[in-house]
Amino acid sequence: MAITGLILIGFLLMHMYGNLKMFLGAESFDHYAEWLKGDILYPLIPKGWFIWLFRAFMVAAIVLHIYSAVTLWSRAVAANPTAYAAKKKLAQTYSARTMRWGGVILAGLLIFHLAQFTVKAALVNGPASASSYDMVIGEFSVWWMVLVYALWIVTVCMHVRHGLWSAFATLGANTSAKARAVLNGCAWAIALLLYIGFMIMPVAVLFGWIRS
Amino acid sequence: MNITLRIWRQANASAEGRMVTYQVQDVSADMSFLEMLDLLNEDLTLKGEEPVAFDHDCREGICGMCGVVINGTAHGRGESPVPTTTCQLHMRSFEDGATIDVEPWRAGPFPVIKDLAVDRSAFDRIIQAGGFISANTGAAPEAHAAPVGKLQADRAFDAATCIGCGACVAACPNSSAMLFTAAKITHLAMLPQGQPERYSRIKTMIAVHDEEGFGGCTNIGECAEVCPKQIPFDTISQLNRDLIASLFKKDGK
Repeated sequence: MAITGLILIGFLLMHMYGNLKMFLGAESFDHYAEWLKGDILYPLIPKGWFIWLFRAFMVAAIVLHIYSAVTLWSRAVAANPTAYAAKKKLAQTYSARTMRWGGVILAGLLIFHLAQFTVKAALVNGPASASSYDMVIGEFSVWWMVLVYALWIVTVCMHVRHGLWSAFATLGANTSAKARAVLNGCAWAIALLLYIGFMIMPVAVLFGWIRS
Repeated sequence: MNITLRIWRQANASAEGRMVTYQVQDVSADMSFLEMLDLLNEDLTLKGEEPVAFDHDCREGICGMCGVVINGTAHGRGESPVPTTTCQLHMRSFEDGATIDVEPWRAGPFPVIKDLAVDRSAFDRIIQAGGFISANTGAAPEAHAAPVGKLQADRAFDAATCIGCGACVAACPNSSAMLFTAAKITHLAMLPQGQPERYSRIKTMIAVHDEEGFGGCTNIGECAEVCPKQIPFDTISQLNRDLIASLFKKDGK
């Protein structure tokens, strides 16, 4: 759970950085998109292989993450046969409480996201294009698409908020009250960074600050 | 004070349980919560009804026998800044005329025996799996023979204050007994006497913890909030460190 979670957070940071290349214009972004699918690690491995190795690695991380989550969830359900008539929450945060159903929503929207931009089968505005730049402009020119995306990124960042802290605690880094404060602070910082980093580009497209 | 109680009544382990409402009159604010239940039971006995079964022993907060969920928090800590056991909770914490929900610890591995009393022998089995040291018996060794650093000793002692009441399990949304297990692990891991079995102990104790049907820890933190002995939340990370280290130890030694 912790290790695969941290891999996924690392991917999110990289993805966020990549999205910001939209601000550098069509040529730069499309070149970056081509490079991702093209000659990374070439000539060590043949051209075009890296993206598939990387996809296999990400799928493995996601599958193992979901497997761990389902195991934890089913153990928790089995260990809680009767609910309390009254239950008061003292320590749990909203993000900690919503890790499981939040994760389900997040995964569902991830499938839509891949269908939209990777498979190019669920585009809501404009045709499938060889230019990733044009597709991104097309999709985020629709106000409700930006809204859906904004809500999706909220679920992602809430998941990261509890997940980052929890991953480090599982790996043994919660050594004192101060360590707890630092880890939770880092979790907040990374979650906010991801939110801002992922949202400025679609908002800029929506308001026409980035155009084709 | 006059108090309305909604108490979980369950005749035995296999019977259906339900919340039953009782009125308790003339409660003194200086009574402990358990004394208030005694008052209710006297009244029920005089009426010829079955008194409410609940566990208790020392009534001074050190034995770990008592424990019920009061208004949704284990031991009834509520909003108070001071963690407490049920026996050390006093009626002055409640307002006159209050309605109080009283329920047993709810977790699969803690089956209800009757009313508010639950079977916590799952904890005993976790301890039997490794919560001890194997030492040759004989005369007590001279204390200075095995020096322990101050910080280590403090940490061991903080963890050793666990009374095994089960509030951590009752409060945990996953019904995990990780704080309890971590307290025992940390207690022995900090002391020289605990070293020979340090990395085999953790594997056997965690295995029994899982076999008993407790859930897994997801670092939510409810356990440490209700712990009457304030077992630090970071003992769980100590447990995780030792567990990770144990994976690289031959034969778990």
